[in-house]
Amino acid sequence: MMGSLSVIWAIGRKDLLLEIRNKDVVVAIAGFALLVLVIFTFAIDLNQGNAKLVGPGVLWAGIAFAGVTGLNRAFALEVEGSTLEALMLAPISRDLIYLGKALGNFLFIAVAQIIVIPVFAVLFNLVVFRWEMLVISLLTTIGFSAVGTLFAAMSVRVRAREVMLPLMFLPVVTPLLMAAVESTSHMVHGRSWSDMAQWLQIAVAFDVAFVVISAFIFQHILED
Amino acid sequence: MVNQATQLAVKADAVVKNFGETAVLRGLYLDLPTGEVTVLLGTNGAGKSTFLRILAMLTEIDSGSISMHGVDVAQNGPIVRAMTGSVLHSPMLYADMTIRENLMFFAEMYRLEGVDELIASTTAQVGIEPRIDDRVRTLSHGFQKRVALARALMHEPQLLLLDEPESGLDSDSVEQLDRIIENYKSMGRTVVMTTHIVEHAMEIADRAVVLNNGTVGLNKTNPSGNREEILAAYSSTGNDR
Repeated sequence: MMGSLSVIWAIGRKDLLLEIRNKDVVVAIAGFALLVLVIFTFAIDLNQGNAKLVGPGVLWAGIAFAGVTGLNRAFALEVEGSTLEALMLAPISRDLIYLGKALGNFLFIAVAQIIVIPVFAVLFNLVVFRWEMLVISLLTTIGFSAVGTLFAAMSVRVRAREVMLPLMFLPVVTPLLMAAVESTSHMVHGRSWSDMAQWLQIAVAFDVAFVVISAFIFQHILED
Repeated sequence: MVNQATQLAVKADAVVKNFGETAVLRGLYLDLPTGEVTVLLGTNGAGKSTFLRILAMLTEIDSGSISMHGVDVAQNGPIVRAMTGSVLHSPMLYADMTIRENLMFFAEMYRLEGVDELIASTTAQVGIEPRIDDRVRTLSHGFQKRVALARALMHEPQLLLLDEPESGLDSDSVEQLDRIIENYKSMGRTVVMTTHIVEHAMEIADRAVVLNNGTVGLNKTNPSGNREEILAAYSSTGNDR
């Protein structure tokens, strides 16, 4: 067990080290998401009422679209250098490679959110620095990275991968996106945990299901 | 689970591999004894690299079976991968990490212990220690291949797979590679390599296997003593891909 965890952590840590040196993925995710937020602030006549109404949707749609950009890049780097094959040569099960790559993607999206969410709070004038936001963000990021890592691996060898990934990723994460938007909406309206519990349960179920399913499918998509 | 007493390092039975409509291996039978250096010869498309990728477990076969040291490859992926070290066409290294960081990362993937000592001895063996803290991106292709060789040797595999290892290497590096192969063989381990440099292959190999159209066209021990026959078989190979 500890051996498996150390392999997963080693892959995630390696991705983080490469990202610190290249700044490819986090800059792409945060930059794209910030652009979406800024465009919507100009496009919508924001006041306290409609900021609470549209804000959560803009935030999570922005992060989902931006996440696709970053996920594409994260896997493309492994394939361009054939390093994915080097990982496949190692005597570790394929699901550990999946979990390691998903951990890396989780860290990238999480770091991007640390940049994006405060800007969102300022632009939409909403109070988001609450424990509820941390839980919503955590659950959504787990789901995005679980699904995104699988689909990025599936689409990376396809010529039109920039198109394929969003076409596969966005429809599948729609339930998670709805859960994130609805629970964030409850939060900005000052409602309690029990009001958002149903949506958080959906997010938890989505995360558990897709981590397990994706780890299983990932083993089969790596072979020639 | 690994049967060290098994005399065959590799046993391939009726191996078939197709890529779509293209048949690459068409029922290949090949037994490779432990402790030998085997060189796979053949023209482009003969199936040499595909067979090496199958042995490295990067490519799945469509039918047939392969065992290594008596262990069935299809049923024992991690065990077989631990027995195998591979240097394929691409160096497969992280360009923005140093040599040391790359080797430390892969040591973790192979769950090795005493990593610092292992890295020191392996990098000395392949002659890359002076640049161990340089990023891979700054190295020449030949040097990157030597780093890939260090990665392949680090876990002391029973079977070393080399796909055209001399490509991109200067003559000194090729001599160094020959010494490593000789040293490896002297430890009772097995090397399987592909090459297009037939003359060089016959000097260092114990066995030459000429692949022709996805099957074994010729399988000869003592290549230097059977030089004419091997050259004739090699020059007659072609493919209809």
